[in-house]
Amino acid sequence: MTTATLPSRNGAIAALARPRVHVDAVMLEARAAELAKRSIKTSAKLAGIDIAIRCCDFTALEGKDSDGRVRSLCAKAITPRPGWSDIPSCAAVCVYPNRVATAKEALAGSSVKVASVATSFPSGLVDLDVKLADTAQAIAAGADEIDMVIDRGAFLAGHEDVVVDEIVAIKRLCGPIHLKVILETGELGSYEAMRRASDISLEAGADFIKSSTGKVPTGATFATALVMCEAIRDFHRRTGEKRGLKLAGGIRTTKQALTYLVIVNETLGPEWLQPELFRIGASLLLDDLLMQLEKERTGHYAARDYIPKD
Amino acid sequence: MATTAFTYAPAPERVRPKIRQRYGLFINGGWTAPKSERYFDTINPADESVIAQVAYADAEDVERAVRAARKGFERWSRLKPADRAKLIYRIARAITERSRELAVLESMNGGKPIRESRDFDIPESAAHFFYHAGWADKLEWALRAGETPAPIGVCGQIVPWNFPLLMAAWKLAPALACGNSVVLKPAETTPLTALALAQIIEEADLPPGVVNIVTGDGATGAALVDNDGIDKIAFTGSTEVGKLIQRRLSGKGKRITLELGGKAANVIFADAPLDQAVEGIVQGIYFNQGHVCCAGSRLLVEESVHDELVARLTDRIRTLRLGDPLDKNTDIGAINSRVQLEKIHELVRSGIEQGATFVQAECELPARGFFFPASFFTNVHPSHRIAREEIFGPVLSIMTFRTPDEAIEKANNTPYGLSAGIWTAEGSKNMWIAQHLRAGVVWCNTFNKFDPSSPFGGYKESGFGREGGVHGLREYLA
Repeated sequence: MTTATLPSRNGAIAALARPRVHVDAVMLEARAAELAKRSIKTSAKLAGIDIAIRCCDFTALEGKDSDGRVRSLCAKAITPRPGWSDIPSCAAVCVYPNRVATAKEALAGSSVKVASVATSFPSGLVDLDVKLADTAQAIAAGADEIDMVIDRGAFLAGHEDVVVDEIVAIKRLCGPIHLKVILETGELGSYEAMRRASDISLEAGADFIKSSTGKVPTGATFATALVMCEAIRDFHRRTGEKRGLKLAGGIRTTKQALTYLVIVNETLGPEWLQPELFRIGASLLLDDLLMQLEKERTGHYAARDYIPKD
Repeated sequence: MATTAFTYAPAPERVRPKIRQRYGLFINGGWTAPKSERYFDTINPADESVIAQVAYADAEDVERAVRAARKGFERWSRLKPADRAKLIYRIARAITERSRELAVLESMNGGKPIRESRDFDIPESAAHFFYHAGWADKLEWALRAGETPAPIGVCGQIVPWNFPLLMAAWKLAPALACGNSVVLKPAETTPLTALALAQIIEEADLPPGVVNIVTGDGATGAALVDNDGIDKIAFTGSTEVGKLIQRRLSGKGKRITLELGGKAANVIFADAPLDQAVEGIVQGIYFNQGHVCCAGSRLLVEESVHDELVARLTDRIRTLRLGDPLDKNTDIGAINSRVQLEKIHELVRSGIEQGATFVQAECELPARGFFFPASFFTNVHPSHRIAREEIFGPVLSIMTFRTPDEAIEKANNTPYGLSAGIWTAEGSKNMWIAQHLRAGVVWCNTFNKFDPSSPFGGYKESGFGREGGVHGLREYLA
């Protein structure tokens, strides 16, 4: 896995110096809606479901998630459908910092990574030293990936330098550990702001930009995904570096997941459709993927109880 | 790690419309064999197979249709307006109910992708009947206070092959709402959805003779134009034919509206939302294979963003999927006819010969049928034929400008004036430029958007008269 080059203070200044990119909401949504009309059937649907499972960050971010539940989630992430050996494992399990050790132990020997939310997820409204300590704890416990949140309050108040400085500081602490920067698009108010937050996060050293925490009413949408893809595509065009996209928040159905694959496929290209560069964060999606997979393979839906409860 | 290829599987629309082997003329509320005793084949441009045989109407057949329309007019114009509305609503509902079948038929006969016929042509056709049905008993509100609405009489309507059902709807719905009767002539290559509409009208129980549909070629259209029983001619098609019609009608005292060709400027400023502008360009020139009279076929780009925009557009046209019009994932369908395909090739050759740089999406073309990949020219100069003549295909001509004044000057430097587009993030600039463009429709940060309530029509050699909205309605009132 390659990681973004460690940013310097100069990198942060470069981030802020990038021109703002205009985004027109009407045409952006029209394009997203057009992509959502792609008809993904038969072999394409099977391939899409396979990719979606491979790229799934299986998520346990409820306050009531105990060590026991984290262990059972981990088991499901490794073997989503017991008895079907050709179903891939998920990409990662996503937990809070103090569940990292448990997840790490449960996933030992598998390909599934441990992702930890950090920086006082989901609001991020604590001082930088607390965010650093939170992140350090997750790393010390063995996290392979860190999902940080940006300070949306600072961003919306025009203090982009605060946002950039925090990303730079967290990325320095992470080193080779993959950093996903959560923009919380549902709080940013416009596509133009989402695009700006994407641009400065990528410049500041984000390995992935991630749409949402899943903790506010609006999570990922097709248009949000599209505008983030455009930022990653333009960053790649300018620097030659491939950065990743993680979509989260409200993704529950196979149909939604397949549309996101179409958006990535036609905006960034098919080479982005792999866990190194694309993730879907979800807790309920996996069950629907498995149900639809069975339907495609056998012609009928399985009874719910054939799919393990997590 | 193994990666899975995400390749879209074929997704063909499976509904098959009922198609008769042979269609007569729809005159006086029923189907009748042509006096000409001639029929012609109508084909599927995607595979060149014959779909059906269609009657050829000669001058005598047109005369029969006009006479039927005259009688139909007597009844229709005296019908209670609310009853006219009821019958027009019935047509609108029937189109909605049969939308899937009609969409497939439209794509089979015309070559356009099912995505477009399904999501644009058919719903928009129904919308025109719904909108105008609502007008039928409120016509005095379309006029100045004190004026009394009255129909014109028998309308001869000649529609093109690019939006066969939609253009028929644009013409029929306002004419009927105002109490006129109609003789409609569909385009030679795309008669089938108009004939399906005739079946709908038959089942809707409109009085006989109110709508008559005569199929044929240019000579049929000419017979309609020359027929003395016609009170108004409404024509959508090429500027060349439009001029002929106007010449033939001069001094005859008949009403006339013409919606003709275009060579629309799509103007991109450096501060535009570029990714969305690219979508607007794609929508403007590749929609319906560029067979659109208001297509954004001349792209005027501010010089400072030219290279970046061209790079984005080059990437974007690679993702356009060309192929079977009935596949739900097809973006570029078939060119409507061999004649049109040859015309596109001829103009493209002239562009290359005159020194413009040709860029084309690489894709495999189907073995049969008429296809042309999404393409554009850079280094186009205003003197090139491809900058002046309507190509009517998926071929864009890109030119640059430096200042807003130069953009306006170049945009207006065309004998046409049907539509234009402006792309800038600055609202005031949008409004200012729009005021200075001599075009019937100006789209700001969007392109090719239509609504039955919005008037559409041209300046200069793009014709006169409006269709849609209250302006379009008045064209059918005496």
